[in-house]
Amino acid sequence: MKILTTNYLACAVKTCKSEPAAFPLHFKDAELAREELELNPEFIKNVLPRIDWPALAQTAAELGFTTLPSQKPENLDEQTMKDLHTLLMETQVMEGKLVCGNCGYEYNIKEGIANFLLPNHLV
Amino acid sequence: MSRPEDTLPPDLFYNDTEALKYTTSSRIQAIQSSMTHRCLELLSLPGPSLILDIGCGSGLSGEILDSYNHTWIGMDISPSMLGVALDRETTGDLLLADMGQGIPFRAGSFDAAVSVSAVQWLCNAETSDVTPQGRLSRFFEGLYASIKRGGKAVLQFYPKNDAQRQMITAAAVKAGFGAGMLEDDPGTKNAKLYLVLTVGSGGDLSGRDITDAVKGMEGVDIVDERRRGIEKKRGETAKEWVKRKKDRDRKKGKIVKSDSKYTARKRRIQF
Repeated sequence: MKILTTNYLACAVKTCKSEPAAFPLHFKDAELAREELELNPEFIKNVLPRIDWPALAQTAAELGFTTLPSQKPENLDEQTMKDLHTLLMETQVMEGKLVCGNCGYEYNIKEGIANFLLPNHLV
Repeated sequence: MSRPEDTLPPDLFYNDTEALKYTTSSRIQAIQSSMTHRCLELLSLPGPSLILDIGCGSGLSGEILDSYNHTWIGMDISPSMLGVALDRETTGDLLLADMGQGIPFRAGSFDAAVSVSAVQWLCNAETSDVTPQGRLSRFFEGLYASIKRGGKAVLQFYPKNDAQRQMITAAAVKAGFGAGMLEDDPGTKNAKLYLVLTVGSGGDLSGRDITDAVKGMEGVDIVDERRRGIEKKRGETAKEWVKRKKDRDRKKGKIVKSDSKYTARKRRIQF
């Protein structure tokens, strides 16, 4: 699962809707992998305005990436673009858990696929 | 045509053998790819975008999205289908999730959403504590929130009958979408239905109508049903009103007195 995806995922439990603590989900026991992908500058430019930067910084810190600037970069030079691409697209979480900060529900990640199926009483 | 929805729930129906059969069938591959192309044509995205693929299965539609340089995130309820997708090394991110439980993304995440042959599964409730209406409304509400303002969603689906088609479109409109329907090859066995949904009126779509999504496409006739019936009511006489109501009841199958020259006349005092 790409880091980009985790920046959009929120807890699916009903009581966590509109709770600020339900986003972002926190990683637990994450195993990382890197997959080389072609850089797509237009795509990065397109998604950047919709990326929640504080959440991304938090996720990155949890995974041990501390080189991220504290503010969203205003103008993208080639190096920032490459760094963002490496972090958002190429870095993937293969195994581990995503934990909701509000209700504590744990979503398992296996082979890069997160399990978001909920028991019916939580929906 | 047999309907898999009527046999088993999707997570059980698409087991390892069924998932492999589905993915390796060249006929299904061809149909899926042509429908995904059509969906993208309807979306008319300006550049590389982030797309949600609902019911992505083994990533057949995702491959097409890749070829257009889009990045996609797929969700599916069948673990076997996702297993096949892993084996085929699709580039999109995969999520094991039930669309009837909502869309687990924060508001305004996606540029667009596509779905190929999946939404009709929502019309079946597999357990007694859920209803199709409830699952449909949760799905569409979640979808509405997760797409950015001015974004679009195109859902291709196979409704079993008119009631299902009505139920799905009504749920989409209720969630706030602007909705239109495109039917390819209508009246044939191969009829394909695309539900085109728009979110909000800002952005690329400001001041535009849902019918603009298909404007300029070849061989498409626009049938606007939104104003049908409303115009008729203006300036009708009392007699026309009675006749219209009688007609409506007749269509419903009620027993209605046949029309005569006395229909809708006043009962005057005779002497």
